Amino acid sequence: MIEIKDLHKSYKMGSNSLHVLKGINFSVEAGELVAIMGSSGSGKSTLLNIIGMLDEADEGEYDLDGIPIKNLNETKAANYRNKFLGFIFQSFNLINYKTALENVALPLYYQKMPRKQRQEKAMKYLEQVGLKEWSHHLPSELSGGQKQRVAIARAMVAEPKVLLADELTGALDSTTSYEVMELIQKINDQGNTILVVTHETDIAQMCKRIVYLRDGVIIKDEKVKQVRAKAHV
Amino acid sequence: MFDLERWQEIFDTIRKNKLRTFLTGVSVASGIFMLVILLGFGQGMQNGISYEFEQDATTIVEVWPGVTTKEYKGLNPGRSIQLRNDNYNSSNALFSDKVEYKSPLIFVRNVSVNYGKEALVYGVRGVSYDYQFIDNAKLAEGRFLNYFDEINTGKVAIIGRKIKQDVFKAVDTPIGEFINISGVLFKIVGVFDEREEREEERIYIPVTTAQKVFNGGDRISNISYTLPPVENFDEAVIQAVAFKNNLRSHLQQVHTVAPDDTSAIQVWSALEEAKRYFSLVGNIKFFFWFVGICTIIAGVVGVSNIMLIVVKERTREIGIRKALGAKPWSIIGMILHEAIFVTAISGFAGLIFSMGLLEIVGPYVEVDYVKNPSVNFNVALATVFVLILAGTIAGFFPAWRAAHIHTIDALRDE
Repeated sequence: MIEIKDLHKSYKMGSNSLHVLKGINFSVEAGELVAIMGSSGSGKSTLLNIIGMLDEADEGEYDLDGIPIKNLNETKAANYRNKFLGFIFQSFNLINYKTALENVALPLYYQKMPRKQRQEKAMKYLEQVGLKEWSHHLPSELSGGQKQRVAIARAMVAEPKVLLADELTGALDSTTSYEVMELIQKINDQGNTILVVTHETDIAQMCKRIVYLRDGVIIKDEKVKQVRAKAHV
Repeated sequence: MFDLERWQEIFDTIRKNKLRTFLTGVSVASGIFMLVILLGFGQGMQNGISYEFEQDATTIVEVWPGVTTKEYKGLNPGRSIQLRNDNYNSSNALFSDKVEYKSPLIFVRNVSVNYGKEALVYGVRGVSYDYQFIDNAKLAEGRFLNYFDEINTGKVAIIGRKIKQDVFKAVDTPIGEFINISGVLFKIVGVFDEREEREEERIYIPVTTAQKVFNGGDRISNISYTLPPVENFDEAVIQAVAFKNNLRSHLQQVHTVAPDDTSAIQVWSALEEAKRYFSLVGNIKFFFWFVGICTIIAGVVGVSNIMLIVVKERTREIGIRKALGAKPWSIIGMILHEAIFVTAISGFAGLIFSMGLLEIVGPYVEVDYVKNPSVNFNVALATVFVLILAGTIAGFFPAWRAAHIHTIDALRDE
C-alpha cells in the first residue's frame, strides 16, 4: 500500500538546516495497523505529514497504492488527500461552528457529493462510531473522546486507502484512549490500513507492527502481538 | 457562482457566525448610509439655492438712479438722477437685440387705495405688460396687463394673492371688483401668485396710466430687463455683465455722469449674484463629496480590516478543509463568495435605507437654502459597487495567502 524509499527531509531554520528525516525505507501492506514510535523530534510527525501529502519530501520515492507521489501541485495533492487519505489529529481539528454530522460530511462536500447523500453517508459512519444521537451537537458540546470519534468518522467517511492518526490519544485520558483504540482496532479488523504516530508504548502495543524512529532513521521495525484494547476497557 | 452546494455552505457559515457577519454588514451599510445622506444634503443645498433664485427670472437686470458723487464736465457732484421715458426708449433701441423682456417701473407714491370703505395699505406700481415675465409672477386668476391697457391708459389693476385673501374675503373672486386709487376707480382684472407673501402685497397698474393719472409726467423710477436664456451658465454671466456695463455707460452718457461714478446709475444683475451663490454651492458640494469619499475610504478600510481578521480567524479551519481535500481555489472562492455576498446585501440595505429616508423625510425639509435633499441613484449604486469591489480585493489577498499556507502550519494555528 505504501512504499517509501530513501526519504530525506530537512527544514531550514534561519541559516541552519535541520535534517529531520535521513533516509527512510519503509513499506506498509494493505490491512496493516502500524505504530510509528519515537520521542519528540525523532521525525515521526514529519514522516506522517509526508505520507499524508501535507508536506513534501526533499529526496526519495513515495508510492501510494502504486501511484508515485511526486511534484504535486496543491490541487492534485488536495484531490489525493480527499480520495486516498483520512486524517485523525491530536487536537481533533473539528470545525467548531459545524455540528458533528456536518463535520463528518465535509470530505464528501469536496467530492461534490449531493447534500442529502452526504448526510446519509455521514450518519452511517457516525453510527459506526456510536455517536448517532450526538449528530446535531456542536464539537463544544462533546467530550474529548466523542470529538475524537467524530474525527475518526470524518476520516473514514470518504473510504480512504489509508488512515493517518497523529497522536490521536494525546489529548485523552487513558480510559478514553483505550476506547478510541478499540474503535481503531475494530476499523482495522474490517481491513482498513492504519498508521498511528504515538509516543505511548501501551498505544503502540495495540497495533500489529511497531516502527521505532530516532533522529530521523528507523532503528527498529518489528511485528508485535496485538494487545486488544477491549481488555482494558 | 451558481453552485448550489457552495451557496448552502456559505449560508451555513453565515448563519453560524452571526456576529462576524453582522459587524461586516454594519460597517458597509453605515458607510453607504453616511455617503448617501451627505450627498443628499449637498444636493438639497443646491436645490434650496436654485429655488431662491427661481423666484424672479434669473437673467433679470435692473437699473435705478442714484446721486452723483463725482464732478464731471462742469457739473457738481450730489446731483439726483431721474430716469425718464426717453432713457427707456433709447436703451430699448440700443439693446433691442440683446434683451428678451423689458419694462419700466414706477413706484406710485402718495396715493390712497380704497376698496369700498376699507383702506388698503399696499404699494402701487406702474409697469409694462412684459413685467409679468420679468417678475415671474404666476397668474392665479384673470389676466396680466396687456398692450391695449398700456396704449389706452386703461384703468385696470392686478393684485397679489395676499391682498385677495386679506381684503376680498366676501366675494368669490376679486376680478371685476373696483378699487379706488386716489379717487380714480381701477377694475381688477387679475390676481397673481408669488412665492413670497411680501411680493404678493402689490398692486400693478399700466405704466402709462401711472404717469398720466398720478402726475408722473415722463418720469420712471426703475427699468428692468431680462436677457434671453443661454444654455451655458458661465456664458450667460459673461453676457449679463457685458450688458450691464453697456447699459450703464449708455445711461451715464445720457445723464452726463462720470464713467467711474457707479452710484449715479446703479445696475444689478441677478445672474452675477447667482454666480456667487452657485460657486458657493459648488464649494459646498465639493466639500460634501470630499467628506463622502473619505467616508467611503473609511468604509473600505473597515471592510478590508474585517476581512483580514475573518481570514486570520479562519486559518485553522482552512487548514482542516485543505487536509480534507479542499483545493486552494475552492478556499479562495468560498471566502470571497461570502465576502461579496455580505457586502452586497448590507451595501444595498444601507442604500435602500438611506434613499428611503431621503425620499420620505426629504420633501418635508424646509430650512432656508435647503430643499428636498435627494441623491443621484446611479452615484449611490456606483458607491455600493465600489465597496463590494473593495471588500473583494481586501478579502482576496488574505484568502489567497491562507489558501497557500502549508496545511500543517495552518493546522497548528491557534
